Amino acid sequence: MFKFPVNKSVLGLVLGGVLMTSAAYAGDEMKYGFGVKPSDKEIAGWDIDIRPDGQGLPAGSGSYEDGEALYAEHCAACHGDFADGGGGRYPPLVGGTPNELAQSVRPGQPHKTIGSYWPYASTVFDYIKRAMPFGNAQSLTDDEVYAITGFLLAENDLHDSDEPMDAEALKAVVMPNVDGFVDDPRPDVKNPHCMKDCFKSVEITSKATLGVTPTGEEALR
Amino acid sequence: MGKNIMDKLKTKSRAVMAQAERESALLEPTRRSFLRGSVATMGAAATLGATGGAAFAAGNPENLPPNVPEWSKMLGDRVTAEPYGIPSQYEKNVHRRTVPWLTPTAESSISFTPIQDLHGIITPNGLHFERHHGGFPHIPKEDFRLIVHGMVKNERMFTLQDLMRFPQVSRIHFVECPANSGAEWRGAQMDKLQFTHGMVSCCEWTGVKVSTLMEELGVKPGAKWVLAEGADAAGMSRSIPIEKIGDDCILAYAQNGEMLRPEQGYPLRLIVPGFEGNMNVKWIRRLEFGDMPWHHREETSKYTDTLSNGKSRRFTWSMDTKSVITSPCPEYPMLGKGYHQIRGLAWSGAGKIKGVDISVDGGKNWMPARLEGMVLDKALTRFVFDWDWNGQEVLLQSRAYDETGYVQPTIDQLRAVRGTWSIYHNNSIHTWLVKKSGEVQNVQVSGK
Repeated sequence: MFKFPVNKSVLGLVLGGVLMTSAAYAGDEMKYGFGVKPSDKEIAGWDIDIRPDGQGLPAGSGSYEDGEALYAEHCAACHGDFADGGGGRYPPLVGGTPNELAQSVRPGQPHKTIGSYWPYASTVFDYIKRAMPFGNAQSLTDDEVYAITGFLLAENDLHDSDEPMDAEALKAVVMPNVDGFVDDPRPDVKNPHCMKDCFKSVEITSKATLGVTPTGEEALR
Repeated sequence: MGKNIMDKLKTKSRAVMAQAERESALLEPTRRSFLRGSVATMGAAATLGATGGAAFAAGNPENLPPNVPEWSKMLGDRVTAEPYGIPSQYEKNVHRRTVPWLTPTAESSISFTPIQDLHGIITPNGLHFERHHGGFPHIPKEDFRLIVHGMVKNERMFTLQDLMRFPQVSRIHFVECPANSGAEWRGAQMDKLQFTHGMVSCCEWTGVKVSTLMEELGVKPGAKWVLAEGADAAGMSRSIPIEKIGDDCILAYAQNGEMLRPEQGYPLRLIVPGFEGNMNVKWIRRLEFGDMPWHHREETSKYTDTLSNGKSRRFTWSMDTKSVITSPCPEYPMLGKGYHQIRGLAWSGAGKIKGVDISVDGGKNWMPARLEGMVLDKALTRFVFDWDWNGQEVLLQSRAYDETGYVQPTIDQLRAVRGTWSIYHNNSIHTWLVKKSGEVQNVQVSGK
């Protein structure tokens, strides 16, 4: 196997097409033969992932009204009645625009929600299906996941609440921040290996905050 | 032995134990000596140094020369008194800690390795930092399966036993959460080393290389990515480029010689050397080969780095070169003027650590430290520096550089490029303010 410089852009290598050839992994004949061939049914039970191109989206659909009711039942306790995080510490799901990710617009901190930040709508379905509701993951039917996905996208003005959400409707959604991501340019800083007289002066700009660091049993939660 | 003598011995043993308990209390700063969340926290570090030192110096005269302590007279515990050995009762303060306000729940949360208490480069299994996104499951090994499918010529499902039959490799690698030091992006915040840098650990991982399975199953032309997915309640999933997965990634079932701990992915986890901790998917149940990335929640909504202009970096996998001084530190301040061996840890996701420099003036001037012990690829590396402290206030720093020539940057340099909104990938030079009292405080500095 060749080694590649991980500190440079690995993605560049991937996109640049410097790929290992399939000859390295011919695999027509298995050498060891350990394990078994999984059945289609076995794979289907675990193969829950969804891609932005729609690969993996199951059959089914859900209405805005069903999504609203399901959201109230399964999601609102943490994410808030209006999916804005409820003023608590759980992620807000609705609101904002990519514009509000810029420091000049929102100096406090970026307003990150599904609508303002997430680049692909497929991720909403994927994540709800695999990990939500928190503490009862993979319990919702595909219709229910479509319904909640449609509700959240509609609340973000990214889906018509009169239309059911299904595979075709989800694939058609273009997220506002889809072009908001750039590939990793690191190493993005170059610190010269200076040994002598590197600075004329050094000043302390901040000190650790009192009362922030946990002590005692608090650190065991 | 007569009854009287036995009673006398038991009484004396109790006295020894009571004294030991008192000593333990003195040496256990975070549980007893410190006042919770009060202004006294700052002074407590100095108190620890003083009382800790005093406790060591004083001891119990009954156990010190010329007296002979009880443990030199009485038989100790029998073999298998602890069938699985545990640390000394006098080291009870060495454990993982969390920061409750960091996360809304304790299941999707983080605990930190007490690197202030550790030596060498290996993290003991019970002290490896934890990051779970949906709590950690307890999976019976007979109920474990790994499915490898998608763009492979032979789709396959393996038991743990199947995987253990393949050729085995063992490698020592660090695992670091990209949010390590994340609380320090906007300014110095945490005043304990455990919380500024404790989301890094280093173990010997044993398992089967993913490339072995790729050769066995055959990869279809056009396959460029692999989705690694966990069996936990978060279904943790990350897209990994095929060059990386086929290079040095390991499906590990053992950690430091024993089977994985449940918190670390029992019975199987992925090790992706040098990359973000969460890509080292624990409780792994599935590897799917495909021709494009999945853009899942933990690689879009989270684990992306938003710049001040609102654009965000994605697929920021590699953990950049970093170091920190572990002695002295806020938990273990200076004990006095004169000789002190500065000790610390350095690591790089790009390869081996080439060297570490020490500054005692906030980065104006640097002196080379010595690398101590093993220097391994993408592993924690120890450095030491023989220091003669004159008792004056100093700004203590370490700066690592790796075999690619990359030099650990200042926080100013990182902020100039990335702003202050990042959560992840803060690998900046860290500064300890050593006060005349010997206390050590986390500060940030700016050089001109």
